[in-house]
Amino acid sequence: MGVGIEVTNLNAWYGTNHTLQDINLPIPANHATALIGPSGCGKSTFVRCLNRMHETNPIAKVTGSVKIGEMDIYADGSPVEIRRRVGMVFQRPNPFPTMSIYDNVCSGLKLNGFRNRRVLDEIVERSLRDAALWDEVKDDLKKKSGASLSGGQQQRMCIARALAVDPEVLLMDEPASALDPVSTSKIEDLIFQLKTQYTIVIVTHNMQQAARVAEKTGFFLNGRMVEFDSTHKIFTNPSDKRTEDYITGRFG
Amino acid sequence: MKPGKQLSKARSAYRSATDHIATGLAILATILVVAPLVTIFFYLIYKGASSLNLAFFTQIPKPEGEEGGGMANSIIGSGVLLGIASVLGIPIGIGGGIYLAEFGRGTRLANAIRFTADVLNGVPSIVMGIAAYSLVVVPMHHFSAFAGGVALGIMMIPTVTRTTEEMLLMVPHSIREAALGLGVPNWRSVLEITLKTASPGVITGCMLAFARVAGETAPLIFTALGNQFWSVNLNREIAALPLQIYIYALSPYDDQHRLAWAGALVLIALIVLAVSLVRYVASRGILKGAS
Amino acid sequence: MLTCALSIFAIVALIAMELAMQSQLSWHKSGLPFFYKFNIDPDTKLPLFWDPVNGSFYALPFLYGTLVTSLIALVIAVPLAIGLAIFLTEMCPRVLRGPLSFFTELLAAIPSVVYGLWAVFVLVPLLREHVNPAFMAIFNNPTMVKLFGWTHLVGDDGLFGGVNLGLGLMAAGVILSIMILPIIASLTREVMSAVPNSQREAALALGATRWEMIRIAVLRNARIGIVGSIILGLGRALGETMAVAMVIGNSAEIHRSLLSTGHSMASVIANEFSEATSDMHRSALIEIGLALFLVTILVNACARLLVWAVTRGAPAQVH
Repeated sequence: MGVGIEVTNLNAWYGTNHTLQDINLPIPANHATALIGPSGCGKSTFVRCLNRMHETNPIAKVTGSVKIGEMDIYADGSPVEIRRRVGMVFQRPNPFPTMSIYDNVCSGLKLNGFRNRRVLDEIVERSLRDAALWDEVKDDLKKKSGASLSGGQQQRMCIARALAVDPEVLLMDEPASALDPVSTSKIEDLIFQLKTQYTIVIVTHNMQQAARVAEKTGFFLNGRMVEFDSTHKIFTNPSDKRTEDYITGRFG
Repeated sequence: MKPGKQLSKARSAYRSATDHIATGLAILATILVVAPLVTIFFYLIYKGASSLNLAFFTQIPKPEGEEGGGMANSIIGSGVLLGIASVLGIPIGIGGGIYLAEFGRGTRLANAIRFTADVLNGVPSIVMGIAAYSLVVVPMHHFSAFAGGVALGIMMIPTVTRTTEEMLLMVPHSIREAALGLGVPNWRSVLEITLKTASPGVITGCMLAFARVAGETAPLIFTALGNQFWSVNLNREIAALPLQIYIYALSPYDDQHRLAWAGALVLIALIVLAVSLVRYVASRGILKGAS
Repeated sequence: MLTCALSIFAIVALIAMELAMQSQLSWHKSGLPFFYKFNIDPDTKLPLFWDPVNGSFYALPFLYGTLVTSLIALVIAVPLAIGLAIFLTEMCPRVLRGPLSFFTELLAAIPSVVYGLWAVFVLVPLLREHVNPAFMAIFNNPTMVKLFGWTHLVGDDGLFGGVNLGLGLMAAGVILSIMILPIIASLTREVMSAVPNSQREAALALGATRWEMIRIAVLRNARIGIVGSIILGLGRALGETMAVAMVIGNSAEIHRSLLSTGHSMASVIANEFSEATSDMHRSALIEIGLALFLVTILVNACARLLVWAVTRGAPAQVH
């Protein structure tokens, strides 16, 4: 089951660049929340603050609080723990090229000490089914390397890899932007299925995509969150003029 | 069966511990490497500096057992050898580098040549010495400076080829395109513009090859042989700095040891100069056409 | 230009030809057994390999010396170099990276004879007075001999038995390790840096600790290149001449002890060539040179191929 995320007074910097300013946001559990906005507005940075990936950059800094369920991820808990509970899928698929599909999917599990063959087999199958990839790769699990799949398949495998460790939240940073339309729609269908089990936050450039998959949408501009509301409202009757300008294509 | 939401404490502690141990080991390895190497480096400088004096550069060695003297003849001798080597190695090396970077780029022949040059760079220098012995000393029936120069020159060719290629490759394509756009036929534009832009890099690359070859001893052991007196006769044996260092290091006389340290310092200084210059040129974007 | 470039091939051919020609004399006499046969000294009843007096030359001791010293060098240098590379790429504060890599490049360029000089006056006394006695105390300890004497690795005929001169296989191995360390470290660093950051992020996002990330995302991806850089280090160790010649003790014998003196293929040529007593002597030395040439070409070619495979043909740093 997914959990909700409560973001309070989040500020983030890259060196002297104040990338995110005073973000306050409640992200509902078991829903898909989309984040839209023009390039460079900070939405990717925001999402990377949710699993403490932002701080892997040596010049990065974060203040504020992010509560995932009951836990403030910056106050309690180590990044290692947080990142198991909050999974992430990147813009470009990044499978481990030296590992087979099977090893890729259970790489996170092995880190957590899972050794039992049967258990691993079960979880790998379940994750690949959840990622709608099982039928396509079930005969080549250990024979093919993770990098030998097509782009769309690789991304779904990365989703399976993230799901295998049983996270509560799944962060997706423009997961389909590097893929062809067929793969994109497969992934969108996937998100529909997944949000019943996980809390999903998806960053997207594609407004139609946000409209299709998410219940809630947040509009980011220049490091601030301008408006956050139900997707329907954002796209039909936004409260803020800037939101309206972006939706109607006046900029961005 | 789903993985538990809580990481087991034991597993978590284990992973944290391995992380810290690994970090510790990496730091330990770094210290174990850097500390001795730094001490070696500064010890060499210290011993060399305390042994250097003006006489080092102006006098030839005194007869064994006597104090004082210098390695002037070795320095001159090395100069002669390096001169021959450069005349042989630099033009051919630069030519080869130009071919690899400008004309043959991407062709299988160029790849094969580049690969072979790299492999040649790894061949022990003593083998080059034997080849030069066979090529020059045997037909001439005696050792000579010329033979030593040939050995060193052969060594310079693959090195200069590769550094020239690398420096030329750093010149951005836009410069070549500008020249072609002016209607200059390819080989002309290459020589005049690209080479000129890359010339600081090419020159320092040659300096690096020069400095490396200056320190080579093995090829000289049975070509130039070494000489205790002043000599610049190409036809006879000649002294060389690294060769003398080798001989003095193994001698029983303290004074000769002193000379060896001083000579080592001179070689190190040359290397430091060359490496620093290459790095400076490569990093400052001088090659990108910036002035 | 093309002719200049083709000269590279010409050089290789030339060297091979000259070496082959000059070693004809020895090859004709002994053939392949040159590398493994031996006579028996009538006086001492011990194996006699290299006998300039009687004109009989067998090269086994030099193969042995080359192998043992190179092995010692690798055992010491590889773990340290990889640890250093990991520190530099993944853990080092940005400020230190530049100076450390500059320093590494400097050290790789210092001439062999200078390392040899330092080895003769600093390393050998250090080994003789402190390091070797420590090893001897451990290995030649009566309890160790009682427990492990059967392996022939401990005690007086073991790895640290016999006389401790300071000079010998151990000294040569140690100075070699110091010399090949910078090369292995900087090449390993290069192949590790070539691993794209997206791989590191993939591991971290799964909840890996830093070491786990290094293990599954960096080392795993770079392992072929790392093997290549180790082999390149081996190639350099095989051919190192001067520093080895200055501390290896110059004897044409085979002993199990690491403290014993010996010769490597390169050092015997350096040591004996200019005073070779006969044409056969010289030819035998050149035959050793030919073997060395072929071996280093093979080893370096393999290494370059492996490194190339990982960095995808980007021109490798000239070392």
